[in-house]
Amino acid sequence: MLAWTIYITFFGVLVLMLLPRNNARAARIVALLTAIAGCVVAFVGSIQQANPGQVTTIVKVRWIAGIGANYYLAADGISLVLVVLTGLAAVSGILFSWNIEKRTKEFFAFYLALIGGVYGVFLSFDVLLLFVFYELTIIPKYFLIARWGSTRKEYGAMKLALYSFVGSHLVLIGLIAAWVVARGQLGHASLDLIELSKVHFSVGFQHWVFPLVFVGFAILAGIWPFHTWAPTGHVAAPTAGSMLLAGVVMKLGAYGCLRVAMVMFPEGMHEWQWAIAALAVAGIVYGAGVALVQRDFKFVIGYSSVSHMGFVLLGLATLNTIGLDGAVLQMFSHGIIAGLLFGVVGRMVYDRTHTRDFNDLETLQLGKLLPFAGVTFVIAGIASMGLPGFSGFVAEFQVLMGAWLVFPKLTILSGIGILIGVAYTLRAIQKGFYSDAPPKPVNHDHPMEPISIPERFGAVMLIGASLIIGLFPGLLMNWIEPCFNSPLSMFARLLVKGGSQ
Amino acid sequence: MNSVNYLQILQLAAPETILTLTVLVVLGADVTVLHGKSIAARFNVGALLSILGCAFAALLAFTRHTEANVFNGLLVVNPATDFVKVAILTLTIFTILISTSGKFTNHVGEYLSLILLGTIGLMFLVSTEDLLMIFISLEFASLVLYILTAFNKQNEKSAEAALKYFLFGGMSAAFLLFGFSLLYGISGSTNLREIAIGIAGKGFDPLLLFALVTTVIGFGFKVAAVPFHLWAPDAYEGAPTPSSAFIGSGSKVASFYVLAKIFTLGFVGAEGSAVWHDYLSGWMPVVALIAALSMVLGNLTAIVQSSAKRMLAYSAIAHAGYMLLGVLSNTPASASAMMFYVITYALTTIGAFGVVMVVEEATGGDAIKNFAGLSKRAPGLALCLMIFLLSLGGIPPLAGFIGKFFLFSAVVSAGANLGLLWLVVLAIAMSAVSFYYYLRVLKAAYVADAAADAPPIPVPLLTFLALALLALLVILLGCAPGLLTQFL
Repeated sequence: MLAWTIYITFFGVLVLMLLPRNNARAARIVALLTAIAGCVVAFVGSIQQANPGQVTTIVKVRWIAGIGANYYLAADGISLVLVVLTGLAAVSGILFSWNIEKRTKEFFAFYLALIGGVYGVFLSFDVLLLFVFYELTIIPKYFLIARWGSTRKEYGAMKLALYSFVGSHLVLIGLIAAWVVARGQLGHASLDLIELSKVHFSVGFQHWVFPLVFVGFAILAGIWPFHTWAPTGHVAAPTAGSMLLAGVVMKLGAYGCLRVAMVMFPEGMHEWQWAIAALAVAGIVYGAGVALVQRDFKFVIGYSSVSHMGFVLLGLATLNTIGLDGAVLQMFSHGIIAGLLFGVVGRMVYDRTHTRDFNDLETLQLGKLLPFAGVTFVIAGIASMGLPGFSGFVAEFQVLMGAWLVFPKLTILSGIGILIGVAYTLRAIQKGFYSDAPPKPVNHDHPMEPISIPERFGAVMLIGASLIIGLFPGLLMNWIEPCFNSPLSMFARLLVKGGSQ
Repeated sequence: MNSVNYLQILQLAAPETILTLTVLVVLGADVTVLHGKSIAARFNVGALLSILGCAFAALLAFTRHTEANVFNGLLVVNPATDFVKVAILTLTIFTILISTSGKFTNHVGEYLSLILLGTIGLMFLVSTEDLLMIFISLEFASLVLYILTAFNKQNEKSAEAALKYFLFGGMSAAFLLFGFSLLYGISGSTNLREIAIGIAGKGFDPLLLFALVTTVIGFGFKVAAVPFHLWAPDAYEGAPTPSSAFIGSGSKVASFYVLAKIFTLGFVGAEGSAVWHDYLSGWMPVVALIAALSMVLGNLTAIVQSSAKRMLAYSAIAHAGYMLLGVLSNTPASASAMMFYVITYALTTIGAFGVVMVVEEATGGDAIKNFAGLSKRAPGLALCLMIFLLSLGGIPPLAGFIGKFFLFSAVVSAGANLGLLWLVVLAIAMSAVSFYYYLRVLKAAYVADAAADAPPIPVPLLTFLALALLALLVILLGCAPGLLTQFL
């Protein structure tokens, strides 16, 4: 059933392409209906899956016999979490881009193509298929930003596309080498992820292949020092674009690290564990520090994404079940919260004020002009800081617990990152919405358009998701935990010697 | 010496014979029935006749299952050569289809029949295992290509390009002939398999190495590999666009097929090794060197081009580098991967040139800035362009990606202990570079705005059908490559 998320979404792209050029309204409705249908399928399919700890095959047919590739879609608990996240992000992104008037149908066609690719990545258990979907997302990302973006959009789009492409090519080198070695060991060609996870690649081989594949994926997860695409890309993107970039595209990278690099080369992961943890913490602290001094509202959120994704990578690097649980939950949580933050800044604020400069925003007193935006941002900010009651708390807490068991010193350092996180969020709330600066006389000729219904829906949906998971983390933990706990899972070899359980 | 059975030869060369007859029909029709008609009408009828001939020849080659070898390898017919012929004929059909909207000449009959004659040369080229026959058919096809390059008489660049191409081509022919004569001297035969026996055990023979290097130089010119590529950008840019497409497609397929044949059949025992830190002199390191140079120089130079055709020329040089990797790995898997790659590349290239041609005729130039706003001025055309360029850049699920995966995995498998991985790493790194310049054209087409008063670009129906079909093929072969690989 979950496979229909992919098919429905790409069918939506097709329908959009056939729509008449000037009918923006029809395009919006088609896009929204498609996204809702995908989201509903994702929800229902995920709930129906009986045993989230096991990889449940959805479809598996021979694709290219000569190289052992299958059209193999399947899902385990981790896929379910991310598929549901994608569904939510897709719907909210469309709600927040209801005001796109310029070439609407093309915008939503690229948008849905991106979403379809993302669903595909999360459901692929064939490495080649996963890679195909992964690269498929690059092109729509590029055009969404370059065509409908703002500030230095062509630069940001090209930078993002090139970083993604270079990253995926690092992965490709590793995959081809692994395919050749695995064929020697298995006696037949295979690209089946589960089969490959049982191949014992020699330690010497893993020593160089693992970092290639891991970093290749991690570039998209915003690993420091290859994160620089993220702030520029996020800022340049249109609102829905940044929501998707932060919400799901960065997760693709982290998911690839976990599902491909770490599962296929567990010994390599153990060897490089410290380096990855160090980079992750560097990202957490650096991202937070830079976010603290930005003048552009969107850059604050952009750098905060780098910081929060650092927690995902730190969780992966712990190699114990608590840390990994936290990492996956953090992927979900950050996807929701960052989406909301970008929605507020990009759609509610920037589209109305046409400025994101704090110096200008301070004089506008947006807290009074747009109370809904102010309140939403405060809630999102609180969630982003990691206050209990929201999903961010549960996720980051678990990551830190897991990390404490392995690298206590680095954990203390990342604690500093959290403190700076509180500081930059408060600063953004204060400067963006509730400033003491003397107000500029309001221009009564152009009163600000009130917050529209779709925006309210989108915001409430995302806040709700974060709250529900914050209050009942078990809903998702029931999907995530069995994946790592089962001794038969594909992650079993990863957890053998690294963590203290 | 067995007695000559001319009827049998005619039967074996039936596809070529049909095509020769088609040439006469096309020429005849153009000077008689179509005399005085408009250029478009002459092009359409001539193209229809040519395509019918090609399709008939292709059908014949595709359905017969003959294995024959006449005159000790002069004419070799087997399912493999027949399939390559089918591929070449298909490429010719598409080339003719995109040339129908051309306004560069009023010698329609001659143009079409020259394309067909070139195709005949290429078909003979793939179905022989004899050096003499290889040389004759290669030169025959090349001569046709020189003329096709010069065909636009209103354009000085066309003449200049043809002259340059001709001079370089003549020199490369001299190199080839020199190498071939040395090979004959060493082994006492012009047949590839007998040459392999003749040179067996010679080991590190300076004369053999010299013959080898001159042969590589000769073919290096033909396939435009660095450092013998200098003619290519000018020829691609100056030639009428369908001619460029023909140079970049059909002739590429045939040249690579025969190049691989010469090396794998004729130079058995002289392979050497291109494995990292374990080089042995022979033809493999030589080919590895020019492959590496082609990939690096082709891709880096393509970045700075402002003309789309020159960009495609440098990208052709880079792609020749990837294909040479398939030649040098010298396994059955890599040979079929290379053929898959070169055929899909050729289809994509014709498509790309087809789009360039339409844009060129509508806007008066092929500069990348002329593509601005294409997505609005001709949405279908822009979509086709996107598919072709992304396939060239190796984006899944298009044919270019799966071709690269086949090719690179076969190359890595070929060297012991991942010894050829260094070449694949270089190739993949360079293909990441290539993405940038393909995206530049797409950026113009999809992101940049055309001038406010820019009218829609008219796309000739026949050309558009051909392009749409090519785009579909590129997608189809990317998603279901088994359709093609079963024949290779």
